[in-house]
Amino acid sequence: MMRLHANPAIDTVIKLVTVAVAMFAFVFVVMVPLYDVLCDALGINGKTSGQAYTAVQAGVDESRQVKIQFVATNNDGMPWEFRPARTMMTVNPGASNETVFFASNPMPEAMVAQAIPSVSPARAAEYFHKTECFCFNQQPLDGRSSAEMPLQFIIDRDLPKDISTITLSYTLFDVTAMAGAVATR
Amino acid sequence: MHGAIKKALAGGVVTALATAGSVALAASGGITMDDVNMSPGVTAVGQSIYDLHMWIFWICVVIGVVVFGVMFYSIFAHRKSKGAVPAQFHESTKVEIAWTVVPFLILIGIAIPATSTLLEIYDFDDAEMDILVTGYQWKWKYEYLTEDGENVSFFSNLSTSQTEIYNAEEKNEHYLLEVDEPVVIPVNTKVRFLVTANDVIHSWWVPELAVKKDAVPGFVNETATIAQKEGIYRGQCAELCGKDHGFMPIVVKVVSQEEYAEWIEGKQAEAAQVRELMAQTFTMDELMERGKAVYQRNCLACHGANGEGGVGTAIKGSAIATGELGGHLNTGVNGVPGTAMQAFGGIINDVEMAAVITYQRNAFGNNMGDMVQPIDVFNFKKG
Amino acid sequence: MAHGPAKGISRWLFTTNHKDIGTMYLWFSFAMFILGGAFAMIIRAELFQPGMQLVEPAFFNQMTTLHGLVMVFGAIMPSFVGLANWLIPMMIGAPDMALPRMNNWSFWILPPAFLMLASTLFMEGGAPAFGWTFYAPLSTTYAAPSVTFFIFSIHVLGLSSIMGSINIIATVMNMRAPGMTYMKMPLFVWTWLITAFLLVAVMPVLAGAVTMMLMDVHFGTSFFSAAGGGDPVLFQHIFWFFGHPEVYIIILPAFGVVSQIIPAFSRKPLFGYDSMVYATAAIAFLSFIVWAHHMYTVGMPVAGELFFMYATMLIAVPTGVKVFNWITTMWRGALSFETPMLFCIGFLVLFTIGGFTGLMLSIAPADFQYHDSYFVVAHFHYVMVAGAVFSMTAAVYFWLPKWCGKMYNETMGKTHFWISFIGFNITFFPQHFVGLAGMPRRIPDYSLQFADFNMMSSIGAFIYGASQIMFLYNVIATIVAGKPVSDDKVWDGAEGLEWTVATPAPYHTFETPPTIDPAHAHS
Repeated sequence: MMRLHANPAIDTVIKLVTVAVAMFAFVFVVMVPLYDVLCDALGINGKTSGQAYTAVQAGVDESRQVKIQFVATNNDGMPWEFRPARTMMTVNPGASNETVFFASNPMPEAMVAQAIPSVSPARAAEYFHKTECFCFNQQPLDGRSSAEMPLQFIIDRDLPKDISTITLSYTLFDVTAMAGAVATR
Repeated sequence: MHGAIKKALAGGVVTALATAGSVALAASGGITMDDVNMSPGVTAVGQSIYDLHMWIFWICVVIGVVVFGVMFYSIFAHRKSKGAVPAQFHESTKVEIAWTVVPFLILIGIAIPATSTLLEIYDFDDAEMDILVTGYQWKWKYEYLTEDGENVSFFSNLSTSQTEIYNAEEKNEHYLLEVDEPVVIPVNTKVRFLVTANDVIHSWWVPELAVKKDAVPGFVNETATIAQKEGIYRGQCAELCGKDHGFMPIVVKVVSQEEYAEWIEGKQAEAAQVRELMAQTFTMDELMERGKAVYQRNCLACHGANGEGGVGTAIKGSAIATGELGGHLNTGVNGVPGTAMQAFGGIINDVEMAAVITYQRNAFGNNMGDMVQPIDVFNFKKG
Repeated sequence: MAHGPAKGISRWLFTTNHKDIGTMYLWFSFAMFILGGAFAMIIRAELFQPGMQLVEPAFFNQMTTLHGLVMVFGAIMPSFVGLANWLIPMMIGAPDMALPRMNNWSFWILPPAFLMLASTLFMEGGAPAFGWTFYAPLSTTYAAPSVTFFIFSIHVLGLSSIMGSINIIATVMNMRAPGMTYMKMPLFVWTWLITAFLLVAVMPVLAGAVTMMLMDVHFGTSFFSAAGGGDPVLFQHIFWFFGHPEVYIIILPAFGVVSQIIPAFSRKPLFGYDSMVYATAAIAFLSFIVWAHHMYTVGMPVAGELFFMYATMLIAVPTGVKVFNWITTMWRGALSFETPMLFCIGFLVLFTIGGFTGLMLSIAPADFQYHDSYFVVAHFHYVMVAGAVFSMTAAVYFWLPKWCGKMYNETMGKTHFWISFIGFNITFFPQHFVGLAGMPRRIPDYSLQFADFNMMSSIGAFIYGASQIMFLYNVIATIVAGKPVSDDKVWDGAEGLEWTVATPAPYHTFETPPTIDPAHAHS
């Protein structure tokens, strides 16, 4: 019988087990947050920031106009009626703009929804600043009631010149079951 | 040993014959280039991709001829049985550097056209029209985004019948590649597709338009195409999305600008008409007539031409269709979770729903005598 | 202290002998190969003609999923671990593996893991049906309840792989006979050492991915659901961060095998040993920075596409070096064509074709047309079957006489090769065509223009499948009643320490380390 502690390989084993455990942790503590950071920075998937934009733009660029399209989609099993008040707007970079989305809950019971934004082209995401958005929070709605949900945004003056149309899409998810629980990530 | 070789050879001959047989079998079907190679399609991007594909292909063929040529020469010339005496060399820095550097240069020769083609594909800006494509388990929804006012939207379902799929009927030419309502786009127009999904990941692929983009729930991807030739182009979902992944084809009809304008006007008028109809009250006969059409389009595949059932349960004499009205409406609007009966509330409009429920309650020997009006469906959905 | 094996079942249950454990791994992987093959036969039978004939679409998806999982994790990986167990100690002059008891464990947790995976077939809602790549949310929110068992079995087999590779690294680093420097090790040992490092690095990543799935399914997190701030695409990044190195985990040991066998039957030393080692290391390194080439259509920024495209294309360079080295090894040798050599030549030809299609697939713009089509299916079967399985088969024929002291039937071996080779090509070559013509993968039914080639493919699959029965028969017949081999070397051109021990290899070898001639080059 081999005595394990006398085994010269034990050092190697300890190192390798450490590597394996570290790689397991790496997935959770590095890959997941890093992905979010990269998405924010590079606009992968057209994710926009989940926080209100507070910086001030250096005036309105009157020389340029950008077409903004609004799209609303319901995810599987979401019975709400959900649509933008206007499907299209033409805005100047640097200017503050406002629009609303309509939502109504046809079900008898109260529900909670979460809207997930996505911008196309994805590289426009980092230039799409929302100063106020219903997507920052979960949106509760009583049974058989409706609401107007506001959105305020500024298109950055540094938006690349070759982008002339930006589509902002919201997908509405039913999060009634998870509401209340703090979003785990 | 000699016998062994003979036997091995015999085995080789038998299998070679099998290959030849299969090739002949395939050839009998009349093989054309389209059956064995990528299609350049009907877009400039598709042509670039095709050219790039052929460029890499021929590079691979040339490398293959050289490499296999050397190998087979060695196999024939350097056999022990022919008395070959093995050399003992086992390295040569010069040769090894050469076959590291040369492939690298070849790769550069591939990377340059590849980069420019990729940039060509990624040009989505300045589209003249936008269509939102949403993948559902297991169908596609198309929504034409208009400048202002009502968007035109509809679902596109597989229209191949279950009887064809289950071999009870001869398969038609476009088996599995046909839909009830194709997406229509104008020729020579830059069309941007915004691709997303309702449930799981799908992928919208039309080879001849050189478009493939994943549809990810919660996120919107974009892609674009400029079709240069009118015609009907067919594709399929390319990402495994569950049970009927193989049964959600895509059909794109490319038409002239004039024809497109006419079509979209028609669709808008149709939508307006539905809104009008919503407020109307129909007679029993009207509902039955409309209901029959809706039934044949949406229900027949599973429930049978005479409500006798099939993949789905029978409607003839069923507890739901001959039971309380609210329950029947609920089944139609919300589906039956966990079964193939999907929620049709978001798929057919309220007029169609009212008609088909009425039809089911008063056809196939079901004789309830009651009817449903569009406003009833509307109110039911409101709760 | 030399003693023989214990008697009866306890020999196998409690054994810590590397040869016994290697044998168990090899038989287990062959059983899984047959099981995964049976799933493939069901798939090909359904695809024999257009229309649904034998199975329902839902079951078809379960078959494609289990076929992939069983072949990758049950057949190919354990077979090479079995080979490593048998050969590495003998090749480096060690008496056994460094951690014999852990070795026993890493084998014995495998069968229960696969039993659990197979049992999902009989569960409510059926087995996993989301493909071996199990993309979320199809594998989380939309999966059958059996997904929990699937996750647990992935955890267990991942643990087994990690333990196995820790053992291999510990053995190679600590147990080499005096004088056996790293650059004298046989190439099979080298490729396995690098593979083992890859495994230790990426199997925990797979474990992380399935743990996140488990949490999303049962504990309300939203790693892969946009609703709670997650992203389904994140799953694909994590999966392929594991998945691409995994591809090399499968193929590198195969490179090792081929690098042992080709010199033996060329009667000439391996050409470019050093460059082989460096190329292997380069491939392993590159495997960590190319993962997103599996995701070109997912909507990445163009800069990302370009980076992953260039990095992927680079892999062609070290892979090319390997192929050139093998062919130059054959050049001006004295070649003979026994069964192991035939399988290695088959490997060379078909793996190179798989490499060419791999190069084509690496080109991002072209991949927009290739992606998720049968072209991809053809590509990875050329690499996995003609690459890994052919070389594994070559290895069995090559070392079997050493293991059991008896010679297999050469005629049957050669026949097995030719039927395999031809059956394989009839199966998978036409899949290039249907893929380019637009047939998506993972579909249970297809439109009429694909009918002829699919029928051909199915016929080929049945031929290839049947030829494996011949293989099984040949191996059993050899063990039971093969012609005894007395020569220690078995093959006149074979080099290496494993050929210096008696034939059949005694239960214990190298209890006193062999002496290695410092002047002698690597073997």
